[in-house]
Amino acid sequence: MKSLTVRYFAMFRENAGIAEETLQLEAETAADVFFATRDRHGSGEPLGHCKVAINDVMASWESPVSDGDEVLLFPPVAGG
Amino acid sequence: MKSCCFRRSPGADLIRIADTAIDPDALRRQLFDPAAGAYCGFEGWIRNLNEGETVLRLEYEVYKPLAVSEGEKVLAEAAEKFPHLHAQCVHREGLLEIGDCAVWVGVSSPHRDEAFQACRYIIDQVKVRLPIWKKEFYASGDSGWVNCERCAQH
Repeated sequence: MKSLTVRYFAMFRENAGIAEETLQLEAETAADVFFATRDRHGSGEPLGHCKVAINDVMASWESPVSDGDEVLLFPPVAGG
Repeated sequence: MKSCCFRRSPGADLIRIADTAIDPDALRRQLFDPAAGAYCGFEGWIRNLNEGETVLRLEYEVYKPLAVSEGEKVLAEAAEKFPHLHAQCVHREGLLEIGDCAVWVGVSSPHRDEAFQACRYIIDQVKVRLPIWKKEFYASGDSGWVNCERCAQH
């Protein structure tokens, strides 16, 4: 098990009702964290429409996560 | 050493997230350069209609640390792909009303081609890469995150 801090943004934060939480997860990659928290962020958004950052650096869904990491889950962006 | 076209004003913020109104004229003046023969600017405005819904106002949420670092990458890529003199981008956060300027991009260069191309590259990448979200408030009383619940083709 890894202790991971997951931060939710925009729609994900509203759905989760919290901005962040620390979870104990069996997760190898960022994608594992996305799917493990999907019930919390209550979204049917496909993984491919979303983005992820680990410890404030943009990452890919295949990026490995380590104990103590902060994983930032971004729903589809819409700047401009 | 020959003067080169990658000079940048020292200390200038190339990408900035602003919580107050964008002033395109003031921003444009920062790009003046004796070597510049062209300037290209883009302003994104808040419009009152999206996918058939009347929009009253909207709110931008920005995750600043990564919006800035990703924006800096976009500007560096634009400088490499379309060499120009100066480029800057400012994006708003917070509540905006119809007609407000949500994003501004400006590029100056010796000739117009690079200014057009770099400006286009920057705005296109900013829209798809920066962690920025837009929540629209509709005349119907509903609200929605753009690209999420109603999804897709933006």
